[in-house]
Amino acid sequence: MYDVLIIGCGITGAATAFELSKYRLRVGILERENDVADGTTKANSAILHAGYDPLPGSLMARLNVRGVALARQLCTALDVPYSPCGSLVLGFTPADREALAELYRRGNVNGVPGLALLTGDEARALEPSLSPAVTAALHAPSAAICSPWEYCLALAETAVRNGAELHLETAVTGLYPTETGWRVETSRGELESRWVVNAAGLDAQVVHEMAAPRTFTLHPSRGQYFLLDKSEGDRVGRVIFQCPNEHGKGVLVTPTVHGNLLVGPNAEPVEGDDTATTAAGLDFVRGTALRSVPSVDFRTVIRSFAGVRAVADTGDFVIEEAAPRFLDLAGICSPGLSAAPAVGEYAAELMGRAGLPLERKASFQASRRRVRFKELPEGEKARLAAERPDYGRIICRCETVTEGEILDALRAPIPPRSVDGVKRRVGAGLGRCQGGFCGPRVVELLCRELGCSPGEIVQDRAGSWLLARETKGGKTDV
Amino acid sequence: MYDLIVIGGGPAGLAAACAAWEAGLHRVLIVERDRELGGILNQCIHNGFGLHYFKEELTGPEYAGRFVNMLRDTGVEVRLDTMVLEVGADRRVHMVGKATGYRVEEARSVLLAMGCRERTRGAISIPGTRPAGIFTAGAAQRYVNMEGWLPGERVVILGSGDIGLIMARRMTLEGAKVLACVEVMPYSGGLNRNIVQCLHDYDIPLYLSHTVTEIRGKNRVEQVVVSKVDEQRRPIPGSEMIFDCDTLLLSVGLIPENELTRQAGIAIDPRTSGAVVYENMETSLPGVFASGNVAHVHDLVDFVTAESQRAGRAAARYVLEGAGPEESALEVVSGDCVTYTVPQHIRPGRVEQGCELFFRVNRVCGPSRIAVTSGGRQLAAFRRDCLAPGEMEHITLPRALLDKADGAITIAVEEVKAG
Amino acid sequence: MKELICIVCPRGCHLKVDEACGYTVTGNGCPRGEAYGKRELTHPTRVITSTVRCTGGAYPRCPVKTSGPVPKERIFDVAAALDGITVEAPVRLGQVVVKDVCGTGADFVSTRALPQTDEAAGGA
Repeated sequence: MYDVLIIGCGITGAATAFELSKYRLRVGILERENDVADGTTKANSAILHAGYDPLPGSLMARLNVRGVALARQLCTALDVPYSPCGSLVLGFTPADREALAELYRRGNVNGVPGLALLTGDEARALEPSLSPAVTAALHAPSAAICSPWEYCLALAETAVRNGAELHLETAVTGLYPTETGWRVETSRGELESRWVVNAAGLDAQVVHEMAAPRTFTLHPSRGQYFLLDKSEGDRVGRVIFQCPNEHGKGVLVTPTVHGNLLVGPNAEPVEGDDTATTAAGLDFVRGTALRSVPSVDFRTVIRSFAGVRAVADTGDFVIEEAAPRFLDLAGICSPGLSAAPAVGEYAAELMGRAGLPLERKASFQASRRRVRFKELPEGEKARLAAERPDYGRIICRCETVTEGEILDALRAPIPPRSVDGVKRRVGAGLGRCQGGFCGPRVVELLCRELGCSPGEIVQDRAGSWLLARETKGGKTDV
Repeated sequence: MYDLIVIGGGPAGLAAACAAWEAGLHRVLIVERDRELGGILNQCIHNGFGLHYFKEELTGPEYAGRFVNMLRDTGVEVRLDTMVLEVGADRRVHMVGKATGYRVEEARSVLLAMGCRERTRGAISIPGTRPAGIFTAGAAQRYVNMEGWLPGERVVILGSGDIGLIMARRMTLEGAKVLACVEVMPYSGGLNRNIVQCLHDYDIPLYLSHTVTEIRGKNRVEQVVVSKVDEQRRPIPGSEMIFDCDTLLLSVGLIPENELTRQAGIAIDPRTSGAVVYENMETSLPGVFASGNVAHVHDLVDFVTAESQRAGRAAARYVLEGAGPEESALEVVSGDCVTYTVPQHIRPGRVEQGCELFFRVNRVCGPSRIAVTSGGRQLAAFRRDCLAPGEMEHITLPRALLDKADGAITIAVEEVKAG
Repeated sequence: MKELICIVCPRGCHLKVDEACGYTVTGNGCPRGEAYGKRELTHPTRVITSTVRCTGGAYPRCPVKTSGPVPKERIFDVAAALDGITVEAPVRLGQVVVKDVCGTGADFVSTRALPQTDEAAGGA
């Protein structure tokens, strides 16, 4: 019997598990895919928004501002790549100037620190690559960027280290109320829990309707992005937004914590989790971004991708006890990444108020470290490579990732089960060659550590097989 | 202190190190990131290498093997499984390896021979889903030829570069069905002989002026959509063909690997994506040379060898005779129809008899005249029956001719109308 | 008159072969092109390169080629002849892997040396 079962291990589920793992509770996380952070969490703008955008009084506003404040400490404690780079919202027209003034007012009501309205020239003094057409800007120094999947992994891993149980490749197929809570039917059998937390992302409506009558509708919204090579990474030093419009926060240009430049997203309604990119969508993103920063060199694109976020028709996050001991954390669209730790905190608070005993564990450990060879000073590199020779072997040339780091990941509390799982943990294959060189060696290491054949290795999700069969007429009898 | 550190143990590095040794350098080190010497040749198991250099037809491993044997007869040191992390302006080379740990080695000269990498799907932003089953042709080649695994059973190849063509044949021989080779340009990017012996021999259709406009499939590639393109390379609506396949191979170009070069502050030519070099393959950083695919992408390894031998000898000369006096350099300008030239600068005083000059054209040309002009005057002209972007051209400019140059030299190609 | 692209070397000469006139070849840049042009219209042949299973070496495959050209129509038979074969490292460069493959008179020979790994040597 679990005290709490969390459905979904994206950033929201992971943050909730992290929060609950501070207490004397038996916590389980059910994740349908073979890895954490595999939905909306892995494909978004990677931005921790300052919090001037949501309407004052909304859950979004409160949890966003609280979330980014928590994120600053959490990312340090959990060794998550994080950079407090600040953001600018650009204005080009008199109407934009009005909109910026409104955001400034909203931000102040929401408690966003340090907001300032700038002239075009002041903005260009901060960011020389901005278009000469920029006439005004809103500067938000508390905005930050992070690595969303590493953030999610770090939260989930810390939860697991503190006793939470993660069940991967476990899809929830039914929820049945019992006298003490819920019977949870999954693709891997049945589980019992006092509480169920619905953090199922795009499927949160489906999960909700297993437990309660419909109270909200999720509209999947797709955003397409370009990731550019590190040669473009210094194009801007801050997150560059345009004024928000009916399509969301608009196309932004931002550095990433990995040193690349990220450009996107557009916003378009789609069915389900359709993360395909389209020529029209990418063209729109390209054209719109150039309006902010005309010098972005799109010839250095190394990847284009799309993510889908679940937008609730209520206009806010849906966080409520929809049925007895069934807590929805639904419609967590932007600023969901920013709000995540505050959502987790709030979820625990709501369950606590409804009777879940929140008794702190003395043993809770909220620190985590991993080796990032390329970021170490020369002496430290030398010491590590001498101590553990596998830190001396570079597997990914583009991102300078060592065999030692990959082995560390493979022996961590939540080991990767796929080539992309390795990529998300250590960055191998994230760079300009996109895994062309290191792919075969990552496969070799996965095989060695998982004890399987290359034919069983997947690129990412289950079913994303990488290699068809052995040459020379198929399977050998070795 | 080494006389010369060669970064990369592929065909360029091997030839350069051997030549530098023969020219009298005795403290030479090759640093190679892979577990063995030979570079990409080890996975190029097809034949066609060495016709110029050895006057016989060898496979990639055989070609590499000959140079590895030559190297064995020298005292050149080799560090395998070792990655260079940084080349300082002071020619201090930072490297890390499993066996030797982190080392910083000093050198009187450095030769950059890191080769190139393949352009990826991201670089060309093909719309659609992002399933498994999209490989660069070279990555697929490594799986098939070295690891012994076939990436897929039903294959479409985008791009008609040589590696893609070679893989069409290779995967066919291993029992895969190659459905099509799709090329966005109106002509092939690979050698004609490979069109014949890799596609025609196996009845694999080549669609010129076509491209992949969508990738479909949730977890693994299920279909690709191929469309005809107009003269501006824009897809023509209504021309779509759908191929049911599980694999898409990309053979859409090579990019010199110059991260170390950039980091060292060496000038890069945006046209070659390689270092700007002088007639002896020296870069803008004195004592640092570049040759092979890291300087500009070659079609034939034989030319990589020849260029690298020149670079290796030049490095030896730099070490043994010193940098020499500062000399004025002529800029080489890419004129009509010419995409780039290597070298980009010539110091006539450093040219002994003649300076070899390599270039590519930007379109297919019939009978043509290559004109070398300077200060509005024609210095020389060369005839060719045909030129194509996929085939590197080269001419030799005699020293006497360079002495007549008045400022920059322009290389231009013009088609000669028949009759 | 038949037009061909010569595959003997990377130059790819455009050949014209006159079947009616004793297979005379024009457009060739060298004598090997002439021989190719004739052969391609009379009995076309190819050198086949492939790999063979290998145990005890650094890689599970060793590259091989036919020691001479084999008839073009036998390509698939010749390639398939490698399917059941496993060689053991150390493999020498030029080592015969399949003798007289499919009765063509050509052998499959190794195109690289593949030394025995330390692990394999230790286990033996």
